[in-house]
Parts: sequence; structure tokens; C-alpha cells
Amino acid sequence: MAFDKMELQKIEVWDGNRAAAQALRQAQVDVVAAYPITPSTPIVEGYAKFLADGYIEGEYVMVESEHAAMSGCVGAAAAGGRVATATSSQGFALMVEVLYQASGMRLPIVLNVANRALAAPLNVNGDHSDMYLGRDSGWIQLDAYCPQDVYDLNFIAFKVSEDHDVRLPCMVHQDGFMTSHTAQGVHTLTDDEAYGFIGEYKPMNDMLDFEHPVTHGVQTEEDWHFEHKARQHNDLMTKVIPKIQAAFDDFEKLSGRKYNMVESYDMSDADVCVVCMGTSVETAREVATEMRAKGIKAGVVGIRVIRPIPFFEIAEALKGAKAIAALDRSSPNGAAGMLFNEIAGCLFNTDTKALLSGYVYGLGGRDLTKAHLVSLFTELQKNVDAGKVTTPLQQFIGVRGPKLSFL
Amino acid sequence: MAKKGWDEFEIGAMLRTFNGKIDDIAGTHQENRAYSENSSFVASVADWRINKPVFNKDFCIDCQFCWIYCPDVSIMSRDKKMIGVDMDHCKGCGICVEVCPTNPKSLLMFSEKADEETELAAWPAKNEEKK
Repeated sequence: MAFDKMELQKIEVWDGNRAAAQALRQAQVDVVAAYPITPSTPIVEGYAKFLADGYIEGEYVMVESEHAAMSGCVGAAAAGGRVATATSSQGFALMVEVLYQASGMRLPIVLNVANRALAAPLNVNGDHSDMYLGRDSGWIQLDAYCPQDVYDLNFIAFKVSEDHDVRLPCMVHQDGFMTSHTAQGVHTLTDDEAYGFIGEYKPMNDMLDFEHPVTHGVQTEEDWHFEHKARQHNDLMTKVIPKIQAAFDDFEKLSGRKYNMVESYDMSDADVCVVCMGTSVETAREVATEMRAKGIKAGVVGIRVIRPIPFFEIAEALKGAKAIAALDRSSPNGAAGMLFNEIAGCLFNTDTKALLSGYVYGLGGRDLTKAHLVSLFTELQKNVDAGKVTTPLQQFIGVRGPKLSFL
Repeated sequence: MAKKGWDEFEIGAMLRTFNGKIDDIAGTHQENRAYSENSSFVASVADWRINKPVFNKDFCIDCQFCWIYCPDVSIMSRDKKMIGVDMDHCKGCGICVEVCPTNPKSLLMFSEKADEETELAAWPAKNEEKK
């Protein structure tokens, strides 16, 4: 091969961006078309450096916007290459139009998103606004809680996305700065192990197969559009979850690290639980353990796969809980939070009659502290004791000014 | 195209130009290629044409200007001889008429409903330059 392999330590000290860049190198991504944006910049910068240093045989395409970046990725994926890029926030928002093209054209692109708030007002820090913006785009969305997850989930993303039964693009989310710029110990795979896990890219309907010419990006009207969208939804609903599970199983065999659609922590006998995503999951786990010492049976459910939503797995994870808090790190702007609504939908037709309340927190990088979570778990226990939700259904955590609550 | 159900087609709204494999596309005339039903070569994409070009071979000098300039590859030519216009693809833009160098022109635009035989019979005479 025309590129050099890299010797990695068993454990490297990487932040989430470095972990993602290393995963893109080990996946030997053919094309990265990118328009760097904080806090995801070091991901594509890292790929470009590895490429320039001869560790990758590929192509880095500099473009004039994120819209063009994802368009370049669509073109390269349709041509028949392994393709990835990264973005955040405003860049993600500008990509949205092309995100729908990528998924509708069934092109396996991996997009690393270092989650960041959406303007206005402008803010470079982490919340889940951009992640939520992408949730109807037809992509698979995986959520990492720490740099180790970012590294591992990138391999899962390529493996699932490129599967010929799936052929849907995949986002790997990490919290901007909290994960993307926080260095931690990351257990590595060797270059051969990592590449072997994903496997050689297998093209499908690629434009560079000149003996079987294809047209990509066609127009359909009322006579065809519905069938194509139905097919895409069907494949998301029926094919992706089993493939992710199989990839998680294979990955556990390779690395010893186990991932689940829904990451349950101390849920087997939990009375009260928090459901959240990103770095908050790790904070909530720590506080839940401390709450148990105080006599409150607390648990945490982290959502690992956001789309397709693991509907039954969420219901299963929450079936024993008496009070549940849904934590949304994005302003619902005139509704209950996304996680509140998803969880309500998952549980509504089940025998679980848990008390569900929603919380909006951490917008624009505002910290979610352990003290916040202690009072949250305490509040949930009060709900359990009272047998009803004693607070409004939607409360804001950590915002200055008079207590803010709705519903 | 047959109205198939959501589970009956290839994914990604991707269309194949040909049925099966094609080897020597550059060396195969269009009429001998195995175009699929999804190819725009097979379909008529000219139903919004308002004016159409009519070809009069009596004045044509086979210069191939129309063949080169047609933006829709709708001029049919074999062995450098103009043989007509592909009316399933011609949009009626009139560029072929504009670039035709003969006197009178070998291509002229008429209403889509015009009868070709009638127009050929009434073809304008050579325009004599006045000195």
C-alpha cells in the first residue's frame, strides 16, 4: 500500500477531535470535503495532516461552504468512495439541505458532529441544537459521551452505513468542547484491527463503474416520491437497528468494549432515573451512585442511537422506573422537549405508568453541575412519594433569573 | 415506467441507463444500445415544445453546424450526413435554424401543429442579395 502505518500506544491521550481524526485515518477514508468550523475543526485538520504526512491515501477537498462540503461528499460517495467529513452548529445548519440529499440518495457518508449551539446569539460552545436539527434528515445518528466513544463509534458508523442492506449516512455526535477538546485516555486499535473491522469499501451503484452507467440525483414527482421516502423509512425502521447490534457485538469481540442502543446504568432496581445524552450521561451516572448512598434508588439511561430511535429498547430500559426525567439540551422553542416526547411515545401504550417530567438544560455550553442533578433526583423522589408529578412538566435548569417552568 | 410499489425498485432513486452491462458505448450507435426504460433516450422529453424545426434535405450541405450546436443532441447524423431531428428530445429552441448557413436555410421553425409536407412544399426561395 502507498501509505505508512502508524504505531499507536495501547492507550493514547486524545480529545474527541483527535480520536475522530485517528479513526478517519484508520478507516482510510478516500475523500474528505470540508469547511472547518469550531469546535470540529481539528477533525478534518487532523485528516489533512495525516494525508499530507503520507498516512492516508485519499483526497482532501477544500470547499467554499458547508453546503459545498456535503455536496462534495455526496459526489464522492456517488462516485464510489469511502467518504467522511465533520462540522458543527452553523455549518451543520448550512449542510441540512444536502443532508437530505445524501440520505435520500442512500450514500454512506460519515459525518462527525461536534455539537454546538445555534445562533442567534452566536455561541461556539456545546449544546444539542444542531443534533436535534438533523433528526428528521434520514441519517443514522450515534451519540458519543467521551473521546473513547467517538473513536469506537466512528468504526461502527462506517461498518453500518456502508452495509449494502443499509446504505444510509451516519452522524457521530460528540459534545462540543466538553468532549471534542477534553483529552482523556483512549484505548486504541491497531491500524490493521481497525481497518479489518470496517473492511474494504464495497461500492454499490457507483458512477465510476463505466460498464453499468447510473444516474444519481433524479427528480420524482407525486407519482414516485412517496415510494422512495417510504423505502428509506422502512430501511431505517427495520434494517438499521439489527445491523448496529451486530456491529456492536463484533466490536465487543474485537475490543472488549460493549455498546448498547440504550445505555442503562443501575436501572435494574431504579425508582428514579434521568434520561440524557452526551457528556451529561457520565455526570448523571456519578450523581446516581451518590444518590444511592443517600437512600434514593437512582439510575441513568443514556440514548446511544438517536435515529433510528430504539423505541422498544427505551421502553424496556424504563419499564421499572417510577419517575423519569427527560433532559433536553436544546431549546424546544414552543413545545415539550424532544426526549420528553420520544419517551412519552415509547411508554404510552405500555403498562409502565411512570411519572415523566422534562428539563431543559445546558444551552450554549452552560454547565450541568452535580448539584443540579442532586436536586433533580431529589425532586424525582418527591414525585414518587407523592404518586404524581409535583412540578410543572417542563422546567429550566441553570438559567439565571426567576424560576422558569411551563406545562 | 411501470408503477412499482415501494419495495420493488433499487434504492436511492438511482436509475440505470442500460439493461445489463455495456462494453463499447463509444463505438455503438444509439439505436443499437440496450437503453433501459428509465433512460431519457427512450422517453419523450419534448412535450412542452411550442415551435418545431422542419428539415429540408434539398438545401442541406451536411456542414454539421446544427449537430454541433444543438444543446440537446437532437440532430441525427450518420457518417457526417444530416438525417433529421429527434423529435422526442428536441425542445424547439431554434439554435439549429440560427446556425444553418445555407440559402435558403435547410432548417426552419414552424408551429408545433404545422404540417411538415405543407411547409416543405411552401419552402422559401433563395434570398438574392441586392446590390
